Amino acid sequence: MNFIALRMLTGDRAKYFGLVFAIAFCTFLLENQTSIFTNVLKRTASQILDVTDAEVWVMDPKTEYWEQTKALKDTDLTRVRSVPGVLWAVRLFKGNPVAKTLDGKFAASFLIGLDDATLAGAPRKMLMGSWERLREPDSVVVDKAGYILLYPGEPLELGRTLEMNDHRVTIVGISDASAPFVSLPVMHARYSEAVNFLGRERTQLSFVIARPAKGTSPEALTRRIQERTGLRARTTNEFMWDCIRYYLKNTGIPINFGITIGVALVVGTVVAGQTFYLFTLENLRQFGALKAIGVTNGRLIGMILLQAGTAASLGFALGTAMAATFFEITLNVIATRGFVLMWQNVALTGACILFVAIVASVLSIRRVLVLEPATVFRG
Amino acid sequence: MENHLAVECRRVKKHFGEGETRIEVLRGVDFEARFGELSFLVGPSGCGKTTLISVVAGLLERTAGELGILGRPMDELNGTDRVLFRRKNVGFLFQQYNLLPALTAAENVAVPLLAAGEARKQAVPRAKELLARLGLGHRTGALPKELSGGQQQRVALARALVHEPRLVVCDEPTAALDSANGEAVMELLAKSAVHPDRAVIVVTHDTRVFHFAHSIAHMDDGRIGEVTRPNGAAHAPVHIQEVAA
Repeated sequence: MNFIALRMLTGDRAKYFGLVFAIAFCTFLLENQTSIFTNVLKRTASQILDVTDAEVWVMDPKTEYWEQTKALKDTDLTRVRSVPGVLWAVRLFKGNPVAKTLDGKFAASFLIGLDDATLAGAPRKMLMGSWERLREPDSVVVDKAGYILLYPGEPLELGRTLEMNDHRVTIVGISDASAPFVSLPVMHARYSEAVNFLGRERTQLSFVIARPAKGTSPEALTRRIQERTGLRARTTNEFMWDCIRYYLKNTGIPINFGITIGVALVVGTVVAGQTFYLFTLENLRQFGALKAIGVTNGRLIGMILLQAGTAASLGFALGTAMAATFFEITLNVIATRGFVLMWQNVALTGACILFVAIVASVLSIRRVLVLEPATVFRG
Repeated sequence: MENHLAVECRRVKKHFGEGETRIEVLRGVDFEARFGELSFLVGPSGCGKTTLISVVAGLLERTAGELGILGRPMDELNGTDRVLFRRKNVGFLFQQYNLLPALTAAENVAVPLLAAGEARKQAVPRAKELLARLGLGHRTGALPKELSGGQQQRVALARALVHEPRLVVCDEPTAALDSANGEAVMELLAKSAVHPDRAVIVVTHDTRVFHFAHSIAHMDDGRIGEVTRPNGAAHAPVHIQEVAA
């Protein structure tokens, strides 16, 4: 009887394609919106995740997320280094100077100051130049998106000059730093220079980044640092979630995306579910004939589940392919760079589609089960 | 129950709804259908013919009365047993054919065999064989929409007979056909369905085909009035002794 169920499903091409595309559209919308949402939130921690050398971040006890920093004292670096289990600890500066090009274009930017000796904390991927050139005086490395923002339509080129708070700095490298939450250029310089580019203050140490010694887990080290120094210490992963939680709690992003995702879910559920339900209703006479002929309720339930499962699987596969294609196309667009279709979003959408298929199947099964086979005698 | 009777209804009642909306459709029907015969059930619209064959075919529960089908009291069977009994023993021919539009003629005919668990590889060739016997050997791969009304009804007839049921129930089989096609379908029904070990019940309004009947039960207002046995039946009834043998 399975082939009969599948033929019933595919027999009317218009209805069949309508059903599959309704599910595909719902899948695409859900995967697209949830992925953009998670990728946008992930961007709030881009500069944290770019630091792959360190596993522990130390900051002022009141610091809640990356953007919000209160400078530590220079002696705090030494205190962290003195905690047992610290393999190494270095300072990291974060500031927001305005960078100006010689032709007058300017942009607020993220300036990250790396430890002068080790350059620890630099993103790994360089497109042009090298990190070592940061040792030259008055030099910065700019990310590609920032370069394009400052020099729109011009080829990537090293040696260009920027003005930063009355300092003339030279671009010695172009990196592929992850996109920050707001579209600002991300620049890296040596710590000693970065603090000068921004303008000297009494204290300027934004973070201490550290690596645990062999045999010490990052979690254990953060606990120990907090106990011994009174500073806030987080693992990279914890700090990333701190940032995400902060934006979730204090911005309109979750509400905005939540509404879109909710609408996508409701519209998708209604369209896909109702299309399948209507498909069953339109085939009620056929189900009635099968019931009269002696097809058992169990077999009819199996047929409906097979139809729903097939339509849902095809629609889900098609929708996922559409979403994957979308992210493949937009992956290298500056505004959406780094946005990917995450497996968690695919799994979540799969669960939603399964839910839709189950609800539509249950409604359809109910109609078929209560159907009097005698209705087939009505002309 | 007499062994020459395929269907025996005694004082069968059926109502729909309750209270003010209650409608008595069958008001104590006594009806019999014999093996080897074409038993016609005739009467005006709304007199309860379709309800009666629905009850007889096991598609509807009666409200009261006794019902025996193929020698078995229906009270003995629960819901699932009734479905299995129907699948094995009853064939249906509907006014609107009720063929599955996505299946070919042969596949439509094979549906009762598939429902009974027969493999598609065996069921479809059997269906094709029967279609060939009914003169549709050249149309086995056609979809219902590619067939004329008469051809569709012949496919439906083949579906009703393919599993060799002992009771065939036909609801207005000629209503959707012109007189020539109606005559041809009835002729085919009389030739192929009537069998010493099978009873055929035909509900019809169509007086043009009454000459095929071995017995005609006249129904009115939920009751069987008179039962006539026309002398000029196109096919002689099979004798009870033959069935017993």
